[in-house]
Amino acid sequence: MDNPIIELKGLTKCYGTLKAVDDLNLSIQKGEIFGLLGPNGAGKTTTILMMLGLTEPTSGSVNVCGYNATTNPISVKRKVGYMPDSLGFYDNMTALENLIYIGELNGIPSSAVRGKAIEMLRLVGLKQDDLNKKTSEYSRGMKQRLGLADVLIKQPDVIILDEPTLGIDPAGVKDFLELIRTLSRKQKLTVLLSSHHLHQVQQVCDRVGIFVGGKLLVEGNLDTLSKNVFNNKSYEVQVTVQDDPNMVRKHHAEILTLESVQEVLLKDQTIDVVCSRDVTPDIVRFFVAKGFNIAGVQKKQYGLDDVYQKYFENNLTERNQQ
Amino acid sequence: MKNQVTSFEIGLLEHESHNSPFWIMVRKEIGGHIRSWRFIILLILIGLTFWGAMYVSMSNIKAVVADIYDPDQMFLYLKLLTTTEGTLPPFHVFLNFLGPLLGISLGFDAINSEQQSGTLTRIMAQPVYRDNLLLSKFVSALILISILFFALVFLMIGYGIVLTGVLIELEEILRILSFTIICIMYIGFWLGLSILLSIRFRQAATSALTAIGIWLFLTVFYQIIVNMIVRALVPSSHVLTQNEVRHYNEILLSFLRLAPSQLYTDATNTLLMPSIRSLSPITMEEMAGAIPTPLSFLESLLIVWPQITGLIASTVTCFALSYYLFMRREIRS
Repeated sequence: MDNPIIELKGLTKCYGTLKAVDDLNLSIQKGEIFGLLGPNGAGKTTTILMMLGLTEPTSGSVNVCGYNATTNPISVKRKVGYMPDSLGFYDNMTALENLIYIGELNGIPSSAVRGKAIEMLRLVGLKQDDLNKKTSEYSRGMKQRLGLADVLIKQPDVIILDEPTLGIDPAGVKDFLELIRTLSRKQKLTVLLSSHHLHQVQQVCDRVGIFVGGKLLVEGNLDTLSKNVFNNKSYEVQVTVQDDPNMVRKHHAEILTLESVQEVLLKDQTIDVVCSRDVTPDIVRFFVAKGFNIAGVQKKQYGLDDVYQKYFENNLTERNQQ
Repeated sequence: MKNQVTSFEIGLLEHESHNSPFWIMVRKEIGGHIRSWRFIILLILIGLTFWGAMYVSMSNIKAVVADIYDPDQMFLYLKLLTTTEGTLPPFHVFLNFLGPLLGISLGFDAINSEQQSGTLTRIMAQPVYRDNLLLSKFVSALILISILFFALVFLMIGYGIVLTGVLIELEEILRILSFTIICIMYIGFWLGLSILLSIRFRQAATSALTAIGIWLFLTVFYQIIVNMIVRALVPSSHVLTQNEVRHYNEILLSFLRLAPSQLYTDATNTLLMPSIRSLSPITMEEMAGAIPTPLSFLESLLIVWPQITGLIASTVTCFALSYYLFMRREIRS
């Protein structure tokens, strides 16, 4: 466990004055499936490109499979398969030809490369008659599968998938992620995948890092992450009344004096009460005592999606304040 | 023991087929070019031009060779390449226009189309050096062009032998081969330029238009502009001595020679017409004692050596600039 297969230390990348990646420290162990989560423009792709030595970091170091990715990119690229977010193939070639080309570039002898390519295409679930189709006729989902075959043909130790679920339909996403998971378990692959869909990633990842504005905000496996969420997170009770919103506004300050209440948000006839403890009965009792007609009370449950959302919101407001 | 033998054989096989990524890329590029419509159309165009030029010169060859006042009359095959009756320019003049088109069309989308379609990132994620991609684009197109021109020229020679029964001389072979090599270098320059533009501009259409713009400027407007400036600056020829006229003419020519098409014209004319003995103006005194005889191949080559150097230098400059731009470039689309 002391010897991580991917190790980023103090990684920083600036584009002019913009800090795309800001002092990033991350280590990923062998055989892990790590999910890098973040909104568009968080610096995920930049980080990945630096891991492959395709972009030079402004400062900091990247070690992948024991090689420094900046000074020794060829050795890293021999061990790492990368699937970019905007997947492109040579449209005038068939899927098989595309794959054979990549196989040959990776030094697979030409006598073996054809068989190997066919094997890979089977593995990712492409049908026999699709193999000799031009890639221009491929659907997005099929291209994604071909992209995976493309990554696997070099028999990598690590695969990096940038937004692998982008543009595939929900059923396809499920299949695809399942495929990645089984492959990873079977071949003991380390997988790093980036996404902005938490609920997709949580199906497959062992560990998740939330990455916003070039910084890694939280990192951990899903259990600790969700525990964190429920510990830090306060409760939220939403009360809907049938009375005049102005009436409610009068009592705004009074609600705040209730025990454990941290924040009260008014919006027309609904009142959101944020509190550090579950005090739903107290709140209801308060409204009843004041003579309001309560139409509904709802206690909000937090899922991971909300956390993720929350992190993004926080970040956005911080940025706006700056 | 048997196992050992098989493993040894496999090892040999692997070594043999274990091509370097560079040649694999070149092979793929050539395959892509050959199957593309673009190349087929250009092939037809060049083929037609060659056939047309040959047809015209074949039908006039008898009269030309019989002309005893022409010092080059003995060079049947050179005459085949240069003779014309005025309806169609000879092949090497035609190529002055078509060559750039060929070079530009093979290179204008070399890098930007890969970037647009997203294949660039994928290829760069493979264990290959970045410059190999650039070099493979250049080398593959150059190999194609070389094969095309050598095939055309050898066809011409073979056809000539069959038709006239006159055997070709070594001198002519050398001249025709060096002519072919200069053609390839000339196209190589335009190829290098268009690859450079394909790195600079993200849209293939922009880079194609820019390349065609540069081509038009160098072949048409550049000469007009240089002539205009010279006419404005140089005093009228009445007040100048002969030496001064010659001096100004030489300045004019050296400015014109900044354009690769001029270098190409100079070089091919000298090589294909052995009686050309100088590319700069000659005074009457110098001409006085000269007997109009053809030069030897080496002497002609010596005359055009600066032109050849110039062509190579401009190609290398384009390529060096391409390297500079491409090696540190962000590759994400």
